[in-house]
Amino acid sequence: MSANAAPILSVDHVGVRFGGLVAIADLHFDVREGEILSLIGPNGAGKTTAFNVVTGFLKPTQGEVRLRGTSLSGLSPNRINRLGLARTFQRTSVFPNDTVTDNVLIGLHREDRGASLLEAIFNLPRERAGEAARREKARALIDWVGLSARANERAGALSYGEQRLVGVALALATEPSMLLLDEPVSGMNASETQNFVRLIRSVRDRGVTILLVEHDMPMVMEVSDRIVALNHGKLIADGTPDEIRADPAVIEAYLGKSAAAREAEREAAHA
Amino acid sequence: MTRYLPPAILVVLALLPLVLKDPYLLNALITGGIFTIGAISLNLLLGYTGQLSLGHIAFFGIGAYASALTTLGFDIGIFGDFRIVHEGWHPFAGFIVAILLSGACGYVVGRLSFRVRGAYFVIVTICFAEVVRLVALNWVELTQGPLALTAIPQMKIGFPGLGEITLRTKAQNYYLMLAVAALAYVVVARLVSSRFGRAMRGLKENEQLAISVGVNATRTLTVAAAISAAIAGAAGSIYAHYFRIIDPDVFLFTYTVTMVIMVVSGGKGALAGPVIGGLIFGTLPVALRPYMAPEAQWIVYGAVLIAILFLMPRGIAPYLDDWFASRRRAPARAPVAQPQLEGQP
Amino acid sequence: MDQFLQHLVNAMVLGGAYALLGIGLTLIFGIMNVVNFTHGALYTFGAYAMFIASTALGLNFFVALPFSIVAGLALGAAIELTLLRPLRGADIDTTMLVMIGAGIILQSGTLWIFGGVAKAIPSPFPDAPLTLGSVSISWLRLFVLVAAAALIALAYAMINGTRLGRAMRATFQDSDAAALMGVNVRFIYTATFALGSSLAAAAGALLGPVYVVFPQMGDLAAVKAFAIVILGGLGSITGAALGGFILALAEEFGAGYVSSGYRDAMGFLIIIAVLLAKPTGLFARAERVG
Repeated sequence: MSANAAPILSVDHVGVRFGGLVAIADLHFDVREGEILSLIGPNGAGKTTAFNVVTGFLKPTQGEVRLRGTSLSGLSPNRINRLGLARTFQRTSVFPNDTVTDNVLIGLHREDRGASLLEAIFNLPRERAGEAARREKARALIDWVGLSARANERAGALSYGEQRLVGVALALATEPSMLLLDEPVSGMNASETQNFVRLIRSVRDRGVTILLVEHDMPMVMEVSDRIVALNHGKLIADGTPDEIRADPAVIEAYLGKSAAAREAEREAAHA
Repeated sequence: MTRYLPPAILVVLALLPLVLKDPYLLNALITGGIFTIGAISLNLLLGYTGQLSLGHIAFFGIGAYASALTTLGFDIGIFGDFRIVHEGWHPFAGFIVAILLSGACGYVVGRLSFRVRGAYFVIVTICFAEVVRLVALNWVELTQGPLALTAIPQMKIGFPGLGEITLRTKAQNYYLMLAVAALAYVVVARLVSSRFGRAMRGLKENEQLAISVGVNATRTLTVAAAISAAIAGAAGSIYAHYFRIIDPDVFLFTYTVTMVIMVVSGGKGALAGPVIGGLIFGTLPVALRPYMAPEAQWIVYGAVLIAILFLMPRGIAPYLDDWFASRRRAPARAPVAQPQLEGQP
Repeated sequence: MDQFLQHLVNAMVLGGAYALLGIGLTLIFGIMNVVNFTHGALYTFGAYAMFIASTALGLNFFVALPFSIVAGLALGAAIELTLLRPLRGADIDTTMLVMIGAGIILQSGTLWIFGGVAKAIPSPFPDAPLTLGSVSISWLRLFVLVAAAALIALAYAMINGTRLGRAMRATFQDSDAAALMGVNVRFIYTATFALGSSLAAAAGALLGPVYVVFPQMGDLAAVKAFAIVILGGLGSITGAALGGFILALAEEFGAGYVSSGYRDAMGFLIIIAVLLAKPTGLFARAERVG
């Protein structure tokens, strides 16, 4: 993506404190329209906190987040989703007791073509038409992520990797302009990870900007257009994968540790 | 074949008064049925949104009082000489007022109490019901307090071509109960299978994820609470016009517990759950009466509640479901396909 | 002014018993994360134990009181061992419903055995009240206040000064960490529930002679205990003691100056107001994890 594309998301001098504890000191970066941006940093650097601030699950103690210029301050997570921001979660990415189809249908629940509550209760034509359209959309999305064989199975019974795919389908059902992925490949094997990299690229090719938090460095280096590195709640570097690899601050904070320590950290992240 | 089961059961229940002439049994069925309607409405909250509301009887009682007072009329002082005087209306108007007022109360209470979750939500809902009971007890000018509202007119329903019928006999009231129960069942069934119901289930299973995909938690839960309360209000109205006397004891916690037992034993989050539970616990008092005093029966109910929670925490309905499912052949698990990823879905 | 002082004295007596109720519930809620719907039934149980001990068993009033407290301890331990221990790890809704079932059994059992007629517990104190200026207090009420204060102090000392109390506090902080440090968490749960139950029974045994004893007396007591816990904060003994006195003051002055019919509504209104004004609760621990 071109470096001077307009920012879709601006994280503007955001800080988060829990009592006396500083989770994010002063975070400032932009995500440009159509890019795949990764947020990296050692454990406790504030990545997940940043995610929770952007998606409205946490209120920042200072600064603000803007989506295409609109301030997200004070908005609830569901409002933020309506503005075009979707996310996946690290651990629980699905509704475990619903089928894969119903999972995606929950993501499609707010389709504006949908009928009113009374129309739904009395099963009037508009509700039936809306329901048929939603089911068709859900089927297409499930096919697209490659889970058509699992469409009628309980999401909780699926493998870890498959649940992540359901999570992505669910997030995409809300037709976001930007998707935030929270450690999507942790716990996946190599071939699942490769599939997921392809998936992320295809999502981007549909015009969805991607913000990724991930510990799997080879995967991050492969998939990202740009990387932002955090340490101790502060931004320490911002650049292409090659620039980040060579950045002395990053090497010191993150890559500078011995290979063994890095490996241990990755193990911990996968656990 | 489960699709044909609910209408079949409805037909059986509709034919029951033709063979069952004993007024005591019919009375027990009507009473049990009225509380089953309450249980069907409670299941919407308990089973589908996962919110353990233990103040549900408040909406039932509000419906009963609203319907009775709309029909009887009242004359109360508000400030100084300012009085509100209401002449009695048609009982069916009382039924409608009961539904609307209970629904509105459900909306307001939901709006306020869904700000807390878990144990605190449970406690707030119980407190709400108790406050309403104390108001009914102490606002003597409106409710007659412990003296009870008496001589509540019987329900009257106009049928096109038949004229107006006053429901005097037990069998007539039984059919009214059955009609409202069937309607409540259908409303809940339609609601939970619509996109609104999916949003509710989403909130129950994983609230964070549901909000993150745009589900408005407060609005969804509040709508569920309002509909649930409206149905409970309808049940309360039938109760008032059938027994023709109500006192503040209709708000007692034990009635909420009755509905909770019906839902939990039958299976919360299953449409058939409160119906199964209602049939069991609606008829159990009749079965136990020759052998036990009422307080001994309550010991049995408490024990059954505990036993069900220990032995089959999901209730009876899921076991019936499994049984029906096991009679069909389970499809084999298909292999995973590669992601398709090309083109726009 | 005289009336004011009289209300204050009445509130102190009531507050002592409420504090006992609240402390018992807050320990169980805080340490075990169990909403104890048998708390009211245990309060009733304590009052009936006092009634049996001082009438059928013919025990002296001052022997009957510790007897009732020990009986409450034993019943609490029995409930924990039979109902709660097997449900460890079940969701909070399930334990709440099981506790409701147990509460129904206890209350209906009391009604079945003793009937619905209220019973009076004989008091060994003279009928003539102690009068100080314009304020008068019966000797029995004075004893209730002193005994409640002594029991509160005892509970406080036990939680803060003994090995058992230290283990209970560790379990409250983090039950997994406590288990790793060698605390027998299963025993702590049983001890906590038994202790909390004995305090509820003590409150019933103390207030029983002041008023009368009847099977449904625990219903309101339970809600009041919830109000106290919510006022005072989860797991805080000091908070529960304060909450007990605040509720008693609110009731006493509400009944004295507003309307006696709504006396018992105070507890409910406090709960609703506190929880709605501060949705996260007045507690250190949030119920929701964000």
